[in-house]
Amino acid sequence: MQQLLTFTIIGLSTGAIYAVVASGLVVTYTTSGIFNLAHGATGMLAAFTYWQLRFDWDVPAPIALFLTLFVLCPLFGALTERVVMRGLQGTTEVVRLSVTVALFAFMIGLANWVWPSDSSREAFLKFFEGNSVSIAGINVSWHRIITFGCAILVAIVLRLVLFRTRMGVAMRAVVDDRNLTELNGGRPDRVSMFAWALSATLAGLAGILLAGEQQLNIEPLVLLVINAYAAAIIGRLKNLPLTFLGAAVLGLLDSYYLAYSDESWFPQSAFGFSLAGIRAAIPTIVLFIALLTRPQSRLRAGIVRFREETRVPEWSTSILGAVSLVAVVVAISGMLTRSNTLLLLNGFTMAIVALSLVPLTGYAGQMSLAPLTFAGLGAIAMAKLPGDGNIATFVLAVVIVAVVGGIVALPALRLSGIYLALSTAAFAVLVTKLVFNQKQTFQSGNIAVPILKIPFVEIDSPRGRLILTATAFSLLGLLVVAVRRSRLGRRLIALKDSPAAAATLGMNLTRTKVAAFALSAGIGACAGALAGDKVSPQQYDFTQSLPVVLLAVVGGVGTVGGALFGGLLLGGNSVLASVVPSLKNLSKILPGTIGITLGRNPSGAATQTAEAFRVLKGRWNLLVFIGAGAFVIWALTAADVLSHWTFVVTGVVWFLAVAPNLPLVVASSSARRATAVVYLAAGLVITAAIDWSTALDVTGQRLIAIVILVAVIGLGAQRIMESGPRVRADSPDVIGLDRDFSGEEIERAERELRVVIR
Amino acid sequence: MSLLYVDRVIVRFGGVTAVDGVNLLARAGEVTGLIGPNGAGKTTLFNVISGMQEPTGGSVSLDSVDITDLPAHKRAQRGMARTFQRLELFGSLSVRDNIKVAAELAALTNVNSIVDEMIERVGIADIADRPAGDLPTGSARLVEIARALATRPKLLLLDEPASGLDEAESDRLGELLRTLAATGLGVLLVEHDMGLVMKVCDVIYVLDLGQIIAHGTPNEIQHDPKVLEAYLGAS
Amino acid sequence: MTEPILELRNIRAGYGAIEVLHDLSFAVGRGQVVVLLGPNGAGKSTAIKVVSGLLRPNSGQLIVAGRDVTGARPDALARAGLCTIPEGRGIFPNLTVRENLVMATFTGFKLADVEERAYSRFPRLSERRNQLAGTMSGGEQQMLSLARALATEPAILLLDELSMGLAPKIVAELYEQVASIADDGVSVLVVEQFARTVLGVADWAVVLAHGTVQAAGPASEIGEDVLAGAYLGSSPT
Repeated sequence: MQQLLTFTIIGLSTGAIYAVVASGLVVTYTTSGIFNLAHGATGMLAAFTYWQLRFDWDVPAPIALFLTLFVLCPLFGALTERVVMRGLQGTTEVVRLSVTVALFAFMIGLANWVWPSDSSREAFLKFFEGNSVSIAGINVSWHRIITFGCAILVAIVLRLVLFRTRMGVAMRAVVDDRNLTELNGGRPDRVSMFAWALSATLAGLAGILLAGEQQLNIEPLVLLVINAYAAAIIGRLKNLPLTFLGAAVLGLLDSYYLAYSDESWFPQSAFGFSLAGIRAAIPTIVLFIALLTRPQSRLRAGIVRFREETRVPEWSTSILGAVSLVAVVVAISGMLTRSNTLLLLNGFTMAIVALSLVPLTGYAGQMSLAPLTFAGLGAIAMAKLPGDGNIATFVLAVVIVAVVGGIVALPALRLSGIYLALSTAAFAVLVTKLVFNQKQTFQSGNIAVPILKIPFVEIDSPRGRLILTATAFSLLGLLVVAVRRSRLGRRLIALKDSPAAAATLGMNLTRTKVAAFALSAGIGACAGALAGDKVSPQQYDFTQSLPVVLLAVVGGVGTVGGALFGGLLLGGNSVLASVVPSLKNLSKILPGTIGITLGRNPSGAATQTAEAFRVLKGRWNLLVFIGAGAFVIWALTAADVLSHWTFVVTGVVWFLAVAPNLPLVVASSSARRATAVVYLAAGLVITAAIDWSTALDVTGQRLIAIVILVAVIGLGAQRIMESGPRVRADSPDVIGLDRDFSGEEIERAERELRVVIR
Repeated sequence: MSLLYVDRVIVRFGGVTAVDGVNLLARAGEVTGLIGPNGAGKTTLFNVISGMQEPTGGSVSLDSVDITDLPAHKRAQRGMARTFQRLELFGSLSVRDNIKVAAELAALTNVNSIVDEMIERVGIADIADRPAGDLPTGSARLVEIARALATRPKLLLLDEPASGLDEAESDRLGELLRTLAATGLGVLLVEHDMGLVMKVCDVIYVLDLGQIIAHGTPNEIQHDPKVLEAYLGAS
Repeated sequence: MTEPILELRNIRAGYGAIEVLHDLSFAVGRGQVVVLLGPNGAGKSTAIKVVSGLLRPNSGQLIVAGRDVTGARPDALARAGLCTIPEGRGIFPNLTVRENLVMATFTGFKLADVEERAYSRFPRLSERRNQLAGTMSGGEQQMLSLARALATEPAILLLDELSMGLAPKIVAELYEQVASIADDGVSVLVVEQFARTVLGVADWAVVLAHGTVQAAGPASEIGEDVLAGAYLGSSPT
């Protein structure tokens, strides 16, 4: 009895924290339609801020609390809404989720930067540390009572705000009918801003309370949100009382399990896997069940107009791209140091993982937050299956994971949008907790994945693995192109564009989704199975999946090029941090910062870059000129005039900054052309004249320098010519107009166009 | 012989009865019209027939087989195809690929020749390679019809195919529907353009407040005082 | 006509690639009740969306009280005295009657005043002030939306298909209220499919077809034959 009561109290106070977090999630989701994956991270930042004020700067607790919860948190929330979220109306769920992932990455990066984990810091004390009261013979700490009290207070305050204030009524009105709120003279944008501010305060409160229990660690604070998802989903993402109830149930489950579970309750292992991870997985299991008991999402007409766009890839350009990618890797890999080789290798591995999202997310529009989980399963299968890495083992590993992917997808398929994305997140966490964190799976913390054995070729060096992975990416990229051009590809796109039309034309939506998931899991498995080295479970953690998703979307999840771009950026970035300590901090917030801008460019960077090059299509004289220029740069390097790093930098600048501007140069008026040519040439000569191997002594600084140079030279040249006629392939500007229209011509045109002249 | 038989279908949303015991019959080779004021329940009935909305009561049969419990895609496989009032084209695919998806889904052989045939029949050859998302309404409606026809249906359900069309386009649509019916296809047409409805329909059903208040030939409907009252309100 | 309070000039508007209004122009004079008639799909509701600010026209001008307000946000127009009751029910179903009236205070009125005016005109609402609006009957729901129009003293009232899904008797009652609002000097633009009911209230009628004006004239001069022709595609002569 005593024990039951103790654990009930512990359970309720845990549940209280879940409730506070979950209510914040519900508030923003209902008023702005954005499910904030970064909600936990907000709480984490708030906890750190509070610690900074309270324990590092010794600000009295009430003032520190007030500043954190009622000044900084609302400010942060309102700012997030205004700067980041407001631009997202009219984009797909995929983009909206990715932006919150970006925010998540940004905040973790920021916390790591400002509060590095290696520095010793003052302890985060509970409220009234050491004090406790006795309730019915049980000692309960003040902190627990305050936590519980806070949840009650939040419930009461939310109730009062939502039902007794004008702003609260307006918030509920926006949920009911956004348009009608505007017709009433209400301002939904302000309402959303208020909701985000309120939500940030709730996250902050939960973060501070939890930090008191568990100390300041970024990860548990951030992942707190997963447990809160479960509570929020139980509340159907809109019902606050149910959400609170769900949170209490979760907290109690967790606490009772801790108290009463017995060795004999569960078999200690099944199929050689220990089941010790179950407790940690309880909230996730509850989340999974809560998701699966949701009613089947109904087929609804009502098309979403996408701002993103993708084109059908041509075979000729795809094959050319694949071959030249491998050729370039073979060519430059000889010049790279070992660490740079590993950097690029990691980049290509990530690119394959990102590629696995192209058919699933890019084509079929289904969001997955678990791409790395399948890579991890692929690595395990490759290591555990007999054959020590021969081709048959590889194929079998990929097929097994693809089948797993398809099966896992099955129950989740009744869901769509945010619910589907969350169920993949739940799956990722479950696999992490139950499979990856296993002594049996990863003896001594890691396993050795054998290198793929290919007949007649021995691969043992990092360079060999790099070429193998790049080749694999190219081949898989071609596979994805083949899918896009096939019957399956058309079906996937049809599924994304209009599920209602697809179903009424006879498409079995479930089967198509399963195919998409299996294909995606198979491609992801390749990335793991090709690891060819010792891998650790942390590499395939759920939290590691999020940046991959983010960068795939940033690169442009609808295209193979986007996957390559995203993967290389991510791979480069993570190694960047280890190679260049001085840039480490910048690199931490870089992906997040890029991702936050997605609202402005939802098609992704690769698509935009491809657009820039489209003007070159069919202009053979310019293409030859570009090729010749590249040859000159290579020849100068071969003749040892340019160092290897100068070769890399100059090459990138030539292709990315100079080439896309050539058509503009040709089309401009002579005076402008002269300026632009001088500008471009000067930029190029300066770039080539610097010996980058010695000028900047670390890889990361060189990469940053490349980005800056491309931006300065490329955008600068464009700016020079901007005021002149802008050229598109079929623009009337280049048809050869040499005089102004006559009045008669204008009149005729207006008649044709039915323009009414007053 | 009836192709589609809707038997006492009821749909309730909460306390509101949107469709209240509707009986309706559509024959092969005929164009059957379904008209009625806004909010009468036409789109809901259409969704029940195509499998996008579960009825509260009643049944739907196609070719004398009860299909009430079949999901949308199984109904399509049995020979039913529909278009949508608010265009549901696959916007990122080309017009040709839109039609191709449909032909492939119907598991037809020589898909390409069927696609060409549909493009020809509906008269959209000039836009066949454009992305479907950029089309003006008139063309987009035709593409939706071509796409539906590419599954070789027995019954074609058209939800306001003429809305957004100009008069010439609307006339061409009417001719197309007559040609299709002449080949033995059954057409169920929900439409507000009365000129079109009166011209092409063999039989017309009038739905008001969830109930069929009249049915008959175009001439009978035009002179039915109940119909005029449903449209214009009590005088 | 004196200077109109509301004027649409050469409006083109639509949804994505679908253009619904092709070069639509008409005006509402001060204190007038103008009815937009025409078969469904003619663009009546789209015209209302443009006037209320919910849909930004692709080209053309929207003039309110002599000022060009093309592209203004709906909440700004609402605060400037344009009260819109949109198609369907102009209420928040998950808010109580009273909370629905709270929403009317965003135009700058005190809740007490709004409540007093609403309840005195519709005593039924007073009995149900704490009931969720979505659980009331269709007629009562429309009373609530009209109550907002009454209480906020708008310069212009836009009504879109007030009658949808309601029995003719209730529709007639609602239009009596509209007539009394108009008597107070409010300019009204009505979209209605029940032409006979609304023509009795209106001063001026505009008949739309295919997104543009087909005919316009004093409401009393719009004959049954014109209507039957517009709606059923025939002239019963």
